[in-house]
Amino acid sequence: MTEFRALSGRPVENLTLEAVRAGEISVADLRIHPETLERQAVVAEQHGNPQLAENLCRAAELTHLPDDDVLGIYEALRPGRSTAAELTVLSESLADRGLPRCAALVAEAAEVYARRGLTA
Amino acid sequence: MTTPDNRVGRIRFMDKQRVNLDGFAVEDPELGLTAMRSPRDPDPSLVITDGRVVELDGVPEGEFDSIDTYIARHGLDLTVADEAMSLTDVAFARLLVDPAVPRAEIVRLSAGATPAKLARVLALLRPPELGLAMTKLRARRTPSNQAHVTNRLDDPLLLAADAATAAAFGFREVETTVPVLADAPSNAVACLIGAAFGADGVLIQCSVEEALELELGMRGLTSYAETVSLYGTEQVFTDGDDTPWSKAFLTSAYASRGMKMRVSSGAGAEVLMAGARGQSMLYLEARCVALARAIGAQGVQNGGIDGASVAAAVPSGLRELMSENVMVMMRNLESCSGNDALMSESDMRRTSRTLPIVLAGSDFVFSGFGSIQRYDNMFGPSNFNSEDIDDFLAMQRDWGIDGGLRTVAPARIGELRREAALACRAVYAHLGLADFSDEHVDLAVDAAGSKDLGETDTLAVLSAAHAIRQRGLTVVDIVAALDECGYVDMAERTMAFTRARLTGDYLQTSAIFDEQLRVLSLVTDPNDYAGPGTGYAPSPERQREIDAIRQARGVDDLRAVQARSAVALLAPLGSARPGQGPRDVVIGVSPAVGRDVWRCLSGLAVTDVLREMLAGLEEEGCTGRVVRFNDSVDLGRIGLAAARLAGSGIGIGLQGKGTALIHRRDLAPLANLELYSVAPSVTPELYRLLGANAARHAKGGTPDPARNPYSDEAIEARYHTTVIALMELERRRMDAAAPPEELSLEGLQ
Repeated sequence: MTEFRALSGRPVENLTLEAVRAGEISVADLRIHPETLERQAVVAEQHGNPQLAENLCRAAELTHLPDDDVLGIYEALRPGRSTAAELTVLSESLADRGLPRCAALVAEAAEVYARRGLTA
Repeated sequence: MTTPDNRVGRIRFMDKQRVNLDGFAVEDPELGLTAMRSPRDPDPSLVITDGRVVELDGVPEGEFDSIDTYIARHGLDLTVADEAMSLTDVAFARLLVDPAVPRAEIVRLSAGATPAKLARVLALLRPPELGLAMTKLRARRTPSNQAHVTNRLDDPLLLAADAATAAAFGFREVETTVPVLADAPSNAVACLIGAAFGADGVLIQCSVEEALELELGMRGLTSYAETVSLYGTEQVFTDGDDTPWSKAFLTSAYASRGMKMRVSSGAGAEVLMAGARGQSMLYLEARCVALARAIGAQGVQNGGIDGASVAAAVPSGLRELMSENVMVMMRNLESCSGNDALMSESDMRRTSRTLPIVLAGSDFVFSGFGSIQRYDNMFGPSNFNSEDIDDFLAMQRDWGIDGGLRTVAPARIGELRREAALACRAVYAHLGLADFSDEHVDLAVDAAGSKDLGETDTLAVLSAAHAIRQRGLTVVDIVAALDECGYVDMAERTMAFTRARLTGDYLQTSAIFDEQLRVLSLVTDPNDYAGPGTGYAPSPERQREIDAIRQARGVDDLRAVQARSAVALLAPLGSARPGQGPRDVVIGVSPAVGRDVWRCLSGLAVTDVLREMLAGLEEEGCTGRVVRFNDSVDLGRIGLAAARLAGSGIGIGLQGKGTALIHRRDLAPLANLELYSVAPSVTPELYRLLGANAARHAKGGTPDPARNPYSDEAIEARYHTTVIALMELERRRMDAAAPPEELSLEGLQ
């Protein structure tokens, strides 16, 4: 059986009621691990859905970002929020932080938004 | 000046029917008020140059809007595009209903088909063909169902009791929302606690704005989301304050926090926002579904949703709604198949809208069955609501199909509601969130809806919700509180679910947990329908669960009911002898009367019926006797035998169920003088009249024939099963060799 870990690194099977009683469990123990998402991406690819696979791979990247950053990127991608240049900067920063797939998504948005009048 | 009402009575009567409260629109493609075909829908086209889509459904790449662009770049499998697009619409449509063509082949081809192509193909399917396509194409083999659990007070104890009830009835997803946004964390916690009492592995959603919804999910208080909306035109998409890229990102954001997520779309949204561009509902939805696949969502909630009544207002609208669901399945996604908005004031029309999907079976046959009162549904009333749960259970049983629900013993519902409400109160008290009185618990347990709670302290709920959010409480805090309050099993159950989520299997297409916390999904429970004898069929155990509705009655149940009405009358006095006097009339009763059968279908006691008949005879100067005939259950034969035993030659026959007649000794068994055939509707006065008329026949006078009472009730539906059981009680007492017995009249005169 595959061993699953939470984002904290704690093996999932150690998330027991005893651990709760001992006060050992933190929020990071409840979060999904990027490797789990990558493994699920492979399964999705094998079951005829490469787009779901791509989504899960992007998600794996996002596990590394704090919640506020995630919500901030979402906000930046909404219509009329960012200039094309700002999106390009965002894309580069994501690439620098090791999130290439998310960077590509934002880079593509920068290009299309400029053409379709969706920029600020 | 008022216009004179020239309608005839027939039309005035028809106008009063509830269906005429519904709005029906004249088809108007310019407004987008057309279901499946508009002159402005493009012809399907897909031109690929050097591995790049340069034309999509008639639009050249230079004119692609943001939706076209996302679909063209990410949504299509270009390796099968030529093959899929060169199939004629009819040839493609036939593949959908050909059991020899596996689901995987449809999925493979659909990946290379444009939105306009799939819309054209689906518009060719007739309703039964849509049903077959749905049975074959849904991703998960096992169908399932989702409930709305909300109330207008956001009352936590009622939410917990109602979530437990929904889970017990078999719903595998529970979706809550709030009238007051800030209450959301409290609703999530109450539903989480409640659902765990009803069943293991129920997924919880709290539908609110994205940031809060994500936050609740990250803390493990909720486990899926489905309100990420997509629209079919760029203008409406932008008005909705999103783009395909922002939605794609959001989709990944949910997955990154381990939450299952599906998008939401459906007919009518663009029409309502005056942005349909003159295109048909099915074509615009085809764009949404293609986009859903392109952004990597695992599933789609569609089939009208908030716009269901818009589709229902135009010709073939219900076909369009079901086609949307099938299209999702063709794109290899989970279908959460609408039926979650009340689309008609007419019970018939709303049943007509939902039934085909229930019969065909979907990943979720409702994207929100209103498990609570209509007035408590903060999404707005669903197409089926709490008053329809017994109907739905009966429909499952009638057709022998699995719509995801099951019967729960009424006493068990009571217990679960109490356990859930008590646990919710204990957790809120333990965490210092709120205190609720014993009376409040009692009211929540018993309540059919929040109006039964009376005045509640809604500020206490708000402050509890505020505390949950500010203190950053997580599922672990809830587990610890359950544990410390003595609910160790529920604490274990909730931790097991938390662990199961972290394996990520439920992020796959169409995933639900079963009650053993096994994931059922496209991956683990793939639909393998290939014609009769294949695909999902309920297990024998599940079929028994579907069949055993609480209203079902057998002969033994009826025997017990009848036994409760037994009285110490009608004692047998020995063999009956022929009567001598010309005014002697015999009332012949069937074999079980006075033994196993004591109450007629009308609810009257058999002894009261006999009392009326005897009084009627006496009024006309005749003398009645009661004789039980043991050799036949046939009323004609009993009546004739009674007549032959009577000195007057006139007899009355009475079956225990209440059917009665007057007979004469020289008639054939199936002939008679008067007959009361509608036993459930016969009144004491009519039985008395029957006695009087029998006496008039005996005297050679002129009777005043009684008319059978008229009823517009579904008499046969109400009573036939009881008739069958009563006749079985009669048959079991039948003894061809036993002579007729005179019964005591003591207490009858």
